[in-house]
Amino acid sequence: MRWLEQILEITWMSLATIPRRLGSALVIVGGIAGVVGVLVALLAIGEGFQSVLAEAGRLDDAIVLRKGASAELNSGLSREDVVLIAQAPGILRDSAGIPIASAEVVVVANLPKRSSGTDANVEIRGVGQRVWELRSAARIIEGRRFETGKRELVIGKGAQTEFAGLEVGRTVRLGLQDWTVVGVFASGDAHESELWSDPEVLQGAYNRDGYQSVTVKLTDVDAFDALKAALSSDPRLTVDVQRTRDYYATQSEDLTRLIRILGVAIAAIMGVGAVFGALNTMYAAVSTRSREIATLRALGFSATPVVISVMLEAALLALVGGVIGAGIAWAAFDNYTASTLGANFSQVVFAFQVSPRLILDGLLWALGIGLLGGLFPAVHAARQPVTSALRAL
Amino acid sequence: MKFLPLVWAGLMRKKARTLLTLLSIIVAFLLFGMLDAVRVAFTVRDSLEGASRLVVSSKLSIIQPLPYADLAQIQRVPGVEQVAFANWFGGIYQDRKNFFANFAVSPNYLDMYPEFVLPEEQQQAFLKTRTAAIVGANLAKRYNFKVGDRIPLQATIFPHKNGDNTWTFDLVGIFRTREARDRNQEDQMIFRYDYFDEGRTFGQGTVGWYMVKVSDPGRAQEVAQTIDRLFANSADETKTQTEKQFNLDFVKQIGDIGLIVSSIMGAVFFTILLLTGNTMSQAVRERIPELAVLKTIGFSNRSVLWLVLGESLLLAAVGGSLGLLLAMAGAGALSAAFRGGAFAVGAQSWLTGLMIMTVLGVAVGLPPAWRAMRLRIVDALVER
Repeated sequence: MRWLEQILEITWMSLATIPRRLGSALVIVGGIAGVVGVLVALLAIGEGFQSVLAEAGRLDDAIVLRKGASAELNSGLSREDVVLIAQAPGILRDSAGIPIASAEVVVVANLPKRSSGTDANVEIRGVGQRVWELRSAARIIEGRRFETGKRELVIGKGAQTEFAGLEVGRTVRLGLQDWTVVGVFASGDAHESELWSDPEVLQGAYNRDGYQSVTVKLTDVDAFDALKAALSSDPRLTVDVQRTRDYYATQSEDLTRLIRILGVAIAAIMGVGAVFGALNTMYAAVSTRSREIATLRALGFSATPVVISVMLEAALLALVGGVIGAGIAWAAFDNYTASTLGANFSQVVFAFQVSPRLILDGLLWALGIGLLGGLFPAVHAARQPVTSALRAL
Repeated sequence: MKFLPLVWAGLMRKKARTLLTLLSIIVAFLLFGMLDAVRVAFTVRDSLEGASRLVVSSKLSIIQPLPYADLAQIQRVPGVEQVAFANWFGGIYQDRKNFFANFAVSPNYLDMYPEFVLPEEQQQAFLKTRTAAIVGANLAKRYNFKVGDRIPLQATIFPHKNGDNTWTFDLVGIFRTREARDRNQEDQMIFRYDYFDEGRTFGQGTVGWYMVKVSDPGRAQEVAQTIDRLFANSADETKTQTEKQFNLDFVKQIGDIGLIVSSIMGAVFFTILLLTGNTMSQAVRERIPELAVLKTIGFSNRSVLWLVLGESLLLAAVGGSLGLLLAMAGAGALSAAFRGGAFAVGAQSWLTGLMIMTVLGVAVGLPPAWRAMRLRIVDALVER
């Protein structure tokens, strides 16, 4: 109990002197705010990209691609394949007995980006008529759905913000054809980066006669095994089937890992700098207070409370820095939209996500840096011989 | 220069503090060097060969094939010296994570790239063997490929006609790039188009893109427009760009790497400025009586200013140079860690680094130096 009292007493005393050495205290706060800000902002990129793709996947949906194709763009399925796949067991059927499945054509178009004016790849997905039941998250927020057999496009909300000239009513030129934008949809996932249309009309524009993938709704989560068994044992088919959740998770794996490594590496290097800064500050703080500390020791305070109080001070300043850094990252980057090339060789629009977990990570880093920076000065302070410190000034 | 011992004495006054400040500057420049290396790696460079090459792809999108028949028409365009073509294959070697570029090319493809160095007999072997493949030295090193090896690739787009998903190639050559800065180009594999076109199940008679070499780089734009006009309003309209523009557009699609890198650098230097700035002013504050003594024995105001400024400049210069030296080693490690990376801290980064060191030194040192210069001897001496 006495210890605790001593610790509180000393810490309170030293905290009270912070306003007089605001400059050096700000070094710890600012240095750590920088580290945490960069760490949180970078990890928020990976988090955002991962979540936009993860949202697109479900446990009770499955996607069928040609064997060996790692992305839809690489895949190809014939009309016969598509018919066979839709008849497989495990697929949910509506009241009329029609399977809820969407055979899809995936192509890429060149459209100018809003930000740079230069062309970038946008994904156009020809989707079946059951797609609005299959991907129930997607809903029209402006205009209407495309009509079967017409050259009409509905635009994902993300694609509309990234690419120029995709307002409802505008025409988009694909090859020699003019297509009309008739609506905008929101789905909260990676499909928002796409343009949707009738698959058969799209095949015509790109001079193709097959499909890239079939996405189906399962009767329930466990029906996947039955579907997989049926498709892989059918000698007429050479296909791979995956749950959409696994398929989309794989697509964000590489980039997310790369960003994580980069973010942690950069923050670690900056963190080393911040530790040096904190050491500097705390050594200075301890040395200007050396007489005060020696007096306390002479009065009978023991060494441990001195050590702990110095570390507490460093940790407290570090936490303030961490909160500021994470706060700036949150204010500046949460929901900041950006886009990059995805697995289908076209732009995937995503928003940076500063999640509570990332903020917690950042604060833990701050605490770690603060404690590390406080440790040596604290030990130094406690080890100082009382008599010489008293005599020093 | 005669003040150097004094500046040194100032820095050595508190060794621990100087060392810690120096270390944080080193860390800042280490980061700067490595980030700048990444930025440079994503910057598309001008090169003599690149300026004379055009990329012809489908206007619809890069994934849309073009008819093989376009070849003869493009060859007839005035100003065109040579036309090669290629088709993306996207095969996987053993595991999906082992990604590298691999594509089928026309026999004259390597003639378009004088910057790739390949022994004459290997070039001949490529022309003689149908299943021949050539890889870059980087790639060969990574997977320990040797001439004579058979390399199996799993098809992702193009299954083989024989029902198998695996295509096998005979490695006949390993090329190097003429210049070290192009090392990242050594991370690709090319093989023969005729072997590929015969084996694939669909798309026969189409190619992914054409590479055109123009005789006069100055007229590249003109030739590009002529080619595009040639196919305008046909079923397969083309989009012809200089190789540089093509690469620029591609890098832009990945993301604004320059912006990300400079934001991080901004945060880093703000932090370092704060750190060292505070330390410097602290150091000067502690030495006010000493500075007053210097002035008393006849040092001019200007000398005192330089004395203090010299300290911060020296710290920034020493720390910055050490940091950049470390970054050179770090960039090497980075290249080894990321497949196909060719990161290096070049002369340009050093130049920028030197500028930042000067700015940092002045920004940090000037406020305390100014205060030291304006010091009135009497006040300063009394303070003790």
